[in-house]
Amino acid sequence: MTQHEFAREAFLDALLDDDPEKLYDRAPCGYLSTSPDGRIVKVNQTFLTWTGYERDELLRRSFVELLTPGGRLYHETHYAPMLRLQAAVRELALDVVRADGQRIPVLVNANLEVDDAGEPVVVRIALFDATERRGYERELLRARQQAEASERQARELAQTLQRTLLPPKEPAIPGLDVAATFQPAGDTLEIGGDFYDVFQVAEGDWVAIIGDVCGKGVEAAILTALIRDTLRAVVVGMHEPSKALSALNEVLLHHETDRFCTLVMVRMQHGPEGWTAAISSGGHPRPLLIGPDRNRDEVGGPGPLVGVLDAPEFRDERVALRAGDALVLFTDGVTESRDGAGFYGDARLRDVVGRPLESARSVVDAVFQDVVTYSGGPTRDDVAVVVLRVPEKS
Amino acid sequence: MDLHQRHHLRLSGRRDGQPMMFAHGFGCDQNMWRHVAPAFEDDFRVVLFDHVGAGNSDSSAYDFDRYASLSAYAEDIVRIVTELDLHDVVFVGHSVSAMIGVLAERMVPERFAKLVLVGPSPRYIDDEGYVGGFAEQDIHELLDSLDSNYLGWSAAMAPTIMGNPDRPALGQELTESFCRTDPDIARAFARVTFLSDNRADLALVRTPTLVLQCSNDVIAPVAVGRFVADRIPDSTFVLLDATGHCPNLSAPEETTAALAAFVRAAETEGASIAR
Repeated sequence: MTQHEFAREAFLDALLDDDPEKLYDRAPCGYLSTSPDGRIVKVNQTFLTWTGYERDELLRRSFVELLTPGGRLYHETHYAPMLRLQAAVRELALDVVRADGQRIPVLVNANLEVDDAGEPVVVRIALFDATERRGYERELLRARQQAEASERQARELAQTLQRTLLPPKEPAIPGLDVAATFQPAGDTLEIGGDFYDVFQVAEGDWVAIIGDVCGKGVEAAILTALIRDTLRAVVVGMHEPSKALSALNEVLLHHETDRFCTLVMVRMQHGPEGWTAAISSGGHPRPLLIGPDRNRDEVGGPGPLVGVLDAPEFRDERVALRAGDALVLFTDGVTESRDGAGFYGDARLRDVVGRPLESARSVVDAVFQDVVTYSGGPTRDDVAVVVLRVPEKS
Repeated sequence: MDLHQRHHLRLSGRRDGQPMMFAHGFGCDQNMWRHVAPAFEDDFRVVLFDHVGAGNSDSSAYDFDRYASLSAYAEDIVRIVTELDLHDVVFVGHSVSAMIGVLAERMVPERFAKLVLVGPSPRYIDDEGYVGGFAEQDIHELLDSLDSNYLGWSAAMAPTIMGNPDRPALGQELTESFCRTDPDIARAFARVTFLSDNRADLALVRTPTLVLQCSNDVIAPVAVGRFVADRIPDSTFVLLDATGHCPNLSAPEETTAALAAFVRAAETEGASIAR
């Protein structure tokens, strides 16, 4: 061993033999022992130095008396019961009141020692100065409370904005049975991309649209408003939905956003033979035609996404609707909803709408309920369903 | 909803015995009675429960608007008493549940045989001519205390207790079984507990009542316990040697003996026993 190593060993030995009194009194934490009912029987110098009390002032006093009034309430309602029930408490945040009335934030650990018969004998309490930590925690707490408040505001704003993007009341068309539902994705602060609209062009001449804007949030909301307003404007004097979609495509291409949408547009016109639907899809799931003698087929001319290609080709498909027929318009939030393993899918949707359902509302509700059941809770994506149905006696 | 699940109801003791219902106060749950209640199982039908929002109750049944007053807690007691079809009930309420019991007794006095109020206080905040022991500021300080300890007073305490930090499952079990409370609910319950004033209700109690008072209770001082006993017409005041606010945990034998003397006495004709 070198001389240096000898010196080091001697030093460590000396530490091992350190005076237990000093170990106790000069520990870098406050250290108290109390009787099981809380009377202080022993206290170290560190605690006395921190608090400015004389040893004699503290002996026989109750530990709880050293706390702030609010801290005493906490002590009696939480600390004391926990100590009794679990024989220990850890990291309790309390304030100790010094002799001069100042407060020291501390973190408290305590153990309750019991004798062989299980009877409480002594409580050992270690206190750590937590002044800086407490300041930091207060900031964290404030930040958390602010975050919660902002989240509430954002949610309310999103919900309000979302409502303005949908028809204010249940759409109604004279001579048709119409129902719709919209459910934003569960647990989201953002405005979803799904929307629908039903509006009149002329007497016996109506338009229903359902769509899904790429993305979410404020930009999606702006785009939804643009799409709705554009379509409402261009359908006047333009009978084919495919042409309206082309016009919308043009508008979206020139709009300063690279966003696009999928859309189904249905033009419902009432003539001498009843209702006729002209249907065009721009990259959107095509509606299902259901009814007493219908095969639950997809209808509508298929086409590409709206707002992507320079010269897309949209097509129309015309269907003469008979009594009891209904068009089921939906977004991919229905067919692509998940149960953890797979997708809801077209087949299941066909099953649901294949059941005998006596009104547009019952179709909408059946689909929505089935999707919620399948997802086992709030859906991950927006879900929108619109049903246009010709009553049996129209 | 199922009442048993809603309140984590625990029935024990003699099926045909007189019902004895134990109610816990703010901060913990029915575990507060674990050293006292078993002593009455031989001849009573012991009913333990958690207030909604506390312990193992169904916290989904907690409604911040409804539980903004102690009456809602009293209504819950009445519901338990009526749905279990309990009569001649001995009600033992600790801390805030003492006043909850007083309110429940006023709703269905015919159901109650005796009331035991352990560490009661009808009002915690000082008022003109009345010393409750606290200023309103102190209560806000308690709410801050709850917030500071929100960081996980329940989750942080348990794991090390069993001396088994490498087996967190043990600690988990403890954390879950003792005094578990959602921080927001704890805050709301603290508010309704410590800002209530039920002094006017005391004179209307008709049921023979025992006030069990601890010697050195910083939450409910002796003078407050005497105030309660003075106002309730047919009441008995017993001062325990036990100190603190939870004699049911710190001095279970003395508490049990005082309880037993009162509930097993055939008649209690208003005689005040004081030490």
